[in-house]
Amino acid sequence: MTEEIRIGVYICHCGSNIAGTVDVEEVARWAGHLTNVISSRDYKFMCSSLGQEMIEKDIKEKGVNRVVVASCTPHLHELTYRNALARAGLNPYFFEMANIREQVSWVTTDRVEATKKAEALVAAAVSRVAWHEALEPLFVPIDPNVLIVGGGVAGIQAALEIADAGNHVYMVEREPSIGGHMAQLDKTFPTLDCSACILTPKMFNVGNHKNVTLMTWSEVEKVDGYIGNFTVTIRKRARYVDTGLCTGCGVCEEKCPKKVVDDVFEAGVGHRKVVYRPFPQAVPNYPVIDRPNCTFFQKGTCKACEKFCPTGAIKFDQQDEVLTVKVGNIILATGWDLFDARRIPQYGYGRIRNVFSSMEFERLSNAAGPTGGKIVMRDGVSVPKSVGIIHCVGSRDKHYNNYCSAICCMQSLKFAHLVHEKTGAQVHNFYIDIRTPAKAYDEFYQRVLDEGTIFIRGKVAEISDSPRTAEEEGKIIVQVDDSLAGRQRRIPLDMVVLSAGLEPRHDAKEVAIKFGISCSADRWFMEKHPKLDPVATMTDGVFVAGVCVGPKDIPASVAQGSAAAARVLSIIGQKEIQIDAATAIVNEESCVGCKECIPSCPYQAIEFLEDKRKAYVREALCKGCGTCVGTCLSKSISLRHFTDDQLVAEMIGAMTAMKMFEQAQTEVA
Amino acid sequence: MNYTYFPGCSLEKNAACYDASTRAVAAQLGMQLTEVEDWNCCGATEYVSLNLTAAYSLIARNLAQASKNTSTHELVAPCSACYLNLRKCDKVLGQDPKFAGRVVQALAAGGLSYKPGTLHIRHLLDVLYQDVGLEALAAKVTKPLRGLRVAPYYGCMIVRPEFHDGGEDPEAPTSLDEILKALGADVVDYPLKAACCGGHMTQISEATGFDMIHRLVKSAADLNADLIATLCPMCQLNLDGFQGAMNRHFGSHFHMPVLYFTQLIGLAMGMSMREMGIGEEIVDARAALSRIGSEMAAEAAEPKRPRKDDKALPMPAPLKRA
Amino acid sequence: MEHNHASSFMDEVSSSAPGGEALRTCIQCGTCGGSCPSGPDMQHTPRQIFALIRAGERDVVLKSNTPWYCVSCYYCTVRCPKEIPVTEIMYTLKRMAVRDKAFDDSKAPDFSKVFIRWVEEFGRSFELGLMGVHMIRHNPFGAFKIMDMAVGMVTKGRMAFTPTRIKGLDGLKRILAKAKELEAQA
Repeated sequence: MTEEIRIGVYICHCGSNIAGTVDVEEVARWAGHLTNVISSRDYKFMCSSLGQEMIEKDIKEKGVNRVVVASCTPHLHELTYRNALARAGLNPYFFEMANIREQVSWVTTDRVEATKKAEALVAAAVSRVAWHEALEPLFVPIDPNVLIVGGGVAGIQAALEIADAGNHVYMVEREPSIGGHMAQLDKTFPTLDCSACILTPKMFNVGNHKNVTLMTWSEVEKVDGYIGNFTVTIRKRARYVDTGLCTGCGVCEEKCPKKVVDDVFEAGVGHRKVVYRPFPQAVPNYPVIDRPNCTFFQKGTCKACEKFCPTGAIKFDQQDEVLTVKVGNIILATGWDLFDARRIPQYGYGRIRNVFSSMEFERLSNAAGPTGGKIVMRDGVSVPKSVGIIHCVGSRDKHYNNYCSAICCMQSLKFAHLVHEKTGAQVHNFYIDIRTPAKAYDEFYQRVLDEGTIFIRGKVAEISDSPRTAEEEGKIIVQVDDSLAGRQRRIPLDMVVLSAGLEPRHDAKEVAIKFGISCSADRWFMEKHPKLDPVATMTDGVFVAGVCVGPKDIPASVAQGSAAAARVLSIIGQKEIQIDAATAIVNEESCVGCKECIPSCPYQAIEFLEDKRKAYVREALCKGCGTCVGTCLSKSISLRHFTDDQLVAEMIGAMTAMKMFEQAQTEVA
Repeated sequence: MNYTYFPGCSLEKNAACYDASTRAVAAQLGMQLTEVEDWNCCGATEYVSLNLTAAYSLIARNLAQASKNTSTHELVAPCSACYLNLRKCDKVLGQDPKFAGRVVQALAAGGLSYKPGTLHIRHLLDVLYQDVGLEALAAKVTKPLRGLRVAPYYGCMIVRPEFHDGGEDPEAPTSLDEILKALGADVVDYPLKAACCGGHMTQISEATGFDMIHRLVKSAADLNADLIATLCPMCQLNLDGFQGAMNRHFGSHFHMPVLYFTQLIGLAMGMSMREMGIGEEIVDARAALSRIGSEMAAEAAEPKRPRKDDKALPMPAPLKRA
Repeated sequence: MEHNHASSFMDEVSSSAPGGEALRTCIQCGTCGGSCPSGPDMQHTPRQIFALIRAGERDVVLKSNTPWYCVSCYYCTVRCPKEIPVTEIMYTLKRMAVRDKAFDDSKAPDFSKVFIRWVEEFGRSFELGLMGVHMIRHNPFGAFKIMDMAVGMVTKGRMAFTPTRIKGLDGLKRILAKAKELEAQA
């Protein structure tokens, strides 16, 4: 170190967030005496433009060449201050942040202790920053193509925004058609638009867009690469239908002699053929053959579909196809699974005939569903005279899902309205709390109240088919603590609908691992910041939208689809992207070529240079996690910005401060 | 299969047939039962309502006595209340060291000690289901209970708060159903299988107690059950002993015999009614038992199946347990 | 002041039941009251009892028949979405009511006391003694209602006329005396 180290220290009050607990003036005064510190100040909001100017001014006028800011987490403002350094002509890596908010003021109540801890953290940062080196950020080009996983309404929205902007979209969907759960619904709250009517035009646009390659009945197998340069391996499962020849005429479906219960699109309450499109407006309009149920595949005879297909499109020998595409960004919009109400045996679903799930009810009420839109009981004929709708099934409950599923209140109110309108039955809604916090939602609640729905506040305890009285004979009895009336009640009804909650996809964890993102404890995908960066993830170039991040309704899912598209378009617009310079580097002189580091890297960023017999870190892939540094037996890998010298200096700084406090204590005593 | 056996007060007298049938069946199945030496009452639900430390010390004395049999750690109780008390005590002592300290001191005053977790406390049903197993049980059946419609009744304290070390659903247990099926019985899908018999409620509020008994007996009768199979002396006493008083209270005329599941196992294995203590029940079971072997009765009693109708909507399949 | 008073009763209850801290997380959903098989005959549903505990209504809670109508079926305990050990809290309230002599109707507490008196004296329970003493005190005419049962129980040999005495009775008495001493100090 030839140049003179001149450190500026800046202590942020963060309003009263820090200053309320930490004596910030005292910290600034104390830090002024530390080695190499030539300026030490405190200020109300260091992140404000005035705060930043204070730093820039010290750099220019006082010759400060290293900067320490003690404020919040680097997550929030490290970039802010690095930019301030750059503006003043200093390398942005000559900067260190001490977190005295999350790690001190928010978690410490004692003012003296908090102040001491803040001082120790500042001392650590001051000691460390002296060892910082100038680093140059890396730029990589962005591939403008985009992968969207999941063809529900969130994915559809994102796809159209990106494709309309002139970029190519690969959309991968697991089911035979796009449309997602929204395609199954009857009406949508609170406006009661027909779900299919508003969704199918968008589905059609995706299917026919010149900038969209649609791959349904397909799944992503592997993802390699990094922001701007992903290589994605996709398996297109065999449809046993040549989509080049198929015209979507539907004759095969008509002639197929075998019917099975449709557990997916019809939610188990209707049937489909073995060669099928989930619904008539499916996009694409080609059918698939359900191989495990197909008579030909099981017994070797039948082939009715092949016989009647006018274009010879049925191909029993079709194989899965594996292909790779290159994209710069990825949006995951993989949606949700319905909570399986059979997990609550006391609700009788699967045992008591006229207990229905919410998705079964949607299909009953849907004009394109198995009953042609008639709300009838399990016999397919009888119209119920009394219906109970149970909120919060599987939600807000530690035994199942502890979170609120967000859509069930409005969905249940919609069900109440539809039952009234279509059957005239008396409707009871059983709820814990009614949650209607969006535009025109509470007005809808008022409308349903006005229609005569009876609301009972209480989480349903059990649903019984064991009558106690003559009145209960032949009925389904809902037993509940009517908490506003203050007594236990048993209400005999003809039909019960369970508003089951939303759950992460059963394979959400595996998908998260595949795309290098993380899940929260309840398995929803983790966003980068729940408020300020809700559609990004901690992995650059991988975005999330819709319910796969957490329960939300259609308007919110669509908004996230658009938001994710906007984030992706902004990256594409930059043409190239800056990568953090804090990456690992191999010292080729000492590397022995043992390859231990290669499998240790979670980002596949290390390759082996066969010619030199040395490991090599691809900087664009490296996330600076440091795993390889710990793995390397010959100590040949170091992490820029986290070198041993820097870390040791940081510890010495902290420990020296602690020692000083101890001595002061002894002197007082 | 070697077990320490905790019969409990009820099995000494009012449920003597449960004790006799348990011992007889166990012997046939190759289980060795060694009775806990000089055991005492578990306190039922009464002591814990009065004095927490005394209640747990009373139970802990049994654990201490049982752990003297060092040849096995398995402690089996046929009474659901005893089972729950013994199990809960062992668990609480392990989880709450401060409270356990008090109980340890109390035991020491009587010259005894017990280390929580020493014993594996189980109900007889669990042992028959898991250790003996359905196959071994079925292999011993010489007189299958064919034609006998049985409502399997678990009651509360065996399944809740948890049973089978958490392996059975507290709302919809199945092990007794499966055992009865292995005996050849026609098992009713009894919706109140894990509902409460009312415990001591007949002594606190007759109307409340009788109502709870009525629900259970009515539901079994509605489903054309010939009898109820139980595994708890309190349940048996309530449903059998108080059935007459309940009938008078409601003006009803139910005649629903209530037998212990071990009595049915013994009969199916070819043991005599006398050996199984049949006849000690207040609601006579002999007429119901005479239906064993009558296939016709079984068919006639089948509930009406829903008419096969094209319009009927499919039902969700039963959930497969993981 | 009222706030402190209310929270101290909550503290007392929640700290006296194993796992009772969860009581603070009650959302008043009524799963307990809806599940309770004897709930229709309780003066307050368990949910209402919890609201009253929050309100610091000590007298109302300890005078309520609710805990004494608990049949220990544990439906509330296994169903509570916040995993509150409701049954344990009912036992706790019974102990507090007995200690404070708060409960006016002595029928249920007496049943427990008579039951336990035989156990403390002999080491085992004694059904005939229990039923006899309890009925004479609280339901002298009730005996006629269950006469057929009583006759049946006796003729079928299901009722013992004398209690069984365990061998280690002295030791048991010392254990229980010590336990009671420790409980009083706790």
